[in-house]
Amino acid sequence: MGAAALMTMSDDAKAATEWAEHFQGNYRLMTPEEKAEARTRLERRYSAEYGKKVTVDGTEAQPGVLMGYALNVRKCIGCRRCVKACVEENNQSRGKNPGERIEWIQVLRMERGEFATDKMNHGYPEGLGIQVGGNAYTPAGQVLEGQYRYEPEAVPEKDATYMPIACMQCEKPPCVKVCPVRTTYREADGPVVIDYNWCIGCRMCMSACPYWARRINLTNPVLPKEEMNPVTHYLGNRPRMRGVVEKCHWCLQRTRKGRYPACVEVCPVGARKFGNLLDPESEVSLILARKNVFRLKAELNTFPKFFYFYD
Amino acid sequence: MEKLIGFTSDYIRYVLIGGQKFYAWMGFLSVLIAAALYGFYLQNTEGLIVTGMTSQIHEGLYFANLVFLVGVAAGAVTIVFPAYVYHHKGMHEVTVLGEMLAISAVIMVMLFVFAHMGRPDRLWHMIPYIGIYNMPGSMLAWDVLVLNGYLLLNFICGFYYLYAKYTGGKVNNNWFMPLVYISIVWALSIHTVTAFLISTLPARPMWFHSMMPIRFIVTAFAAGPCLIILAFLIIRKNTRMWIQDDAINLLSTIITWCLGIALFLTMSEIVVELYARTEHANGLYYLMFGLHGLTSLVPWFWSSLAFMIIGFVMFLVPGIRTNYKLLPIACVLAFSGIWIEKGMGLIVPGFIPTPIGEVTEYYPTLVEVLVTLGNWAAGFFILTILLKGAIGILLGEVKYESGTAAKSGDLAGSSQAAAVGSK
Repeated sequence: MGAAALMTMSDDAKAATEWAEHFQGNYRLMTPEEKAEARTRLERRYSAEYGKKVTVDGTEAQPGVLMGYALNVRKCIGCRRCVKACVEENNQSRGKNPGERIEWIQVLRMERGEFATDKMNHGYPEGLGIQVGGNAYTPAGQVLEGQYRYEPEAVPEKDATYMPIACMQCEKPPCVKVCPVRTTYREADGPVVIDYNWCIGCRMCMSACPYWARRINLTNPVLPKEEMNPVTHYLGNRPRMRGVVEKCHWCLQRTRKGRYPACVEVCPVGARKFGNLLDPESEVSLILARKNVFRLKAELNTFPKFFYFYD
Repeated sequence: MEKLIGFTSDYIRYVLIGGQKFYAWMGFLSVLIAAALYGFYLQNTEGLIVTGMTSQIHEGLYFANLVFLVGVAAGAVTIVFPAYVYHHKGMHEVTVLGEMLAISAVIMVMLFVFAHMGRPDRLWHMIPYIGIYNMPGSMLAWDVLVLNGYLLLNFICGFYYLYAKYTGGKVNNNWFMPLVYISIVWALSIHTVTAFLISTLPARPMWFHSMMPIRFIVTAFAAGPCLIILAFLIIRKNTRMWIQDDAINLLSTIITWCLGIALFLTMSEIVVELYARTEHANGLYYLMFGLHGLTSLVPWFWSSLAFMIIGFVMFLVPGIRTNYKLLPIACVLAFSGIWIEKGMGLIVPGFIPTPIGEVTEYYPTLVEVLVTLGNWAAGFFILTILLKGAIGILLGEVKYESGTAAKSGDLAGSSQAAAVGSK
């Protein structure tokens, strides 16, 4: 009886808050009062929906902070613990069907075999003198869909190297430029975020992203109540809805509170480093100063704040 | 004001009454529209998961048709331009029919926008003042601006002209002609901006080249007139409206030129991309030969190329071009060839492989096919009504004087007989 009453109450709360959500404005342009109101509304809806106390944080960017990320490609063993930790921390959809399964981090597995000796000497003209070109017919890093979700017996595999990628939090993000409603934007402390309630689902940002960092919620996210992470941020890991785009935001719910992103915390080999680019003594700044560092697809002038390095 | 009320009521009365053929055609379209509405309902309750789109290939049939139909809308300028700039008499008589086609095509584009969106309920977020309109940064915002502007221009030009014909008054050229000239340039702008929409994304190397806008425009000026010629031939056969041969012949000439240039640009792209065969050519390579054993678009590409080449040869031969029995075949070939090339053949391979190298394929679902058919049906529904009304006024069957007499029901009966299925 009590449970039934609670159920109906929560349904009412859900309906009322969803109705109000339809009319709220763009989060960035709201007054502090409106922001607080929007968050309380969401807290009420999420708490009813997931049957536990859910908090929606709104901590703003701190002055003097510019978040930066560095990843040691030499150290990564391809265990994909970061992928799993990210999904659990950030309330991604985790259903059985392909369209219900969202992972923000991809660990690209590259076979060393691409550069094997038997593939090397194929550039010399053959037959009619047509140049065929080395190992050009098996371009490195090109795979069939789903092959990035490799499930090896043990890692690291002998004949593979790994290259984890996620949102690069570009300084000149192409996704922000193309958004027709400015629902995605760069926060003052660096990360590019999305107001999930303002997104119209046009997917221009997904076309514009050179790193395939963005995912569309093709259906209502599959997020079991017991697995839902109740500590959320409005621009971060709060549960999304059908038809909107989502991506990595460097765990705003954690990093704005002085914690590391989930992927950094879980990495067993310490390949992932995170810190303040404006602080010359931070780990990330020291890596930029002392290591061999590169950015992915630097030729596109997106200026990622996600750096790769090797010892 | 009384004239305007008369115009509206006479127009509506005229377009709603027709013969058996007319009702059968409209009924058939309505069934398709109803099916599409159900598909649209599914998409907005279940989500886009009922379509074949994924996070890898997130633009499919809807976006492809959207891009193609912007071209059809722009193609209407192939009537307006010769009529007003070169004072082509045959064209001048039927200009308004081109404007009606443009209106229908833009409405179809908007229907496809609704079908494409993940959250169509939030489209109001784009309306300036109550929402945010990301100008001048977002190319999509520019596209919305030019498309709505084009719809408005064609609506004003078309219906003002019809209204003047209806009342028997003269067209006020002081403001009508400037609007016509603006709409000619505007027609170019809608397809240019739509090309920019996809060609300004370095993340998608297949689209990232400056040839896109001109290629869009020439294919539009080939596909648009193809549809117009087909409509003209149907009108000549089924109504008392006579469209002059030299209007149709001029359209065929325009198609011949534009189709030739389109084929030349396709050839240029293939040579440039495949000569060096960098990884940036993977999209085109997938389209032409398949990649990693995935080949679902290969037959589409080659059939599109065959359609366009056969169509082009048919248009080149004067004996076929001026033979109105064979001309429709050439038109259908060119139209469907361009529909494939600019639709599925351009949009889908842009996503294959993805920026991180995943090769995956896209198969439209039944829901997607139904919604697409329904949107086309809705477009033809509107086009039929607009053309019927315009023809009635051009023929003088709907006139201001007769507007009062029409209430007797006598004229309604005669116009019904005259406009048997004026599709």
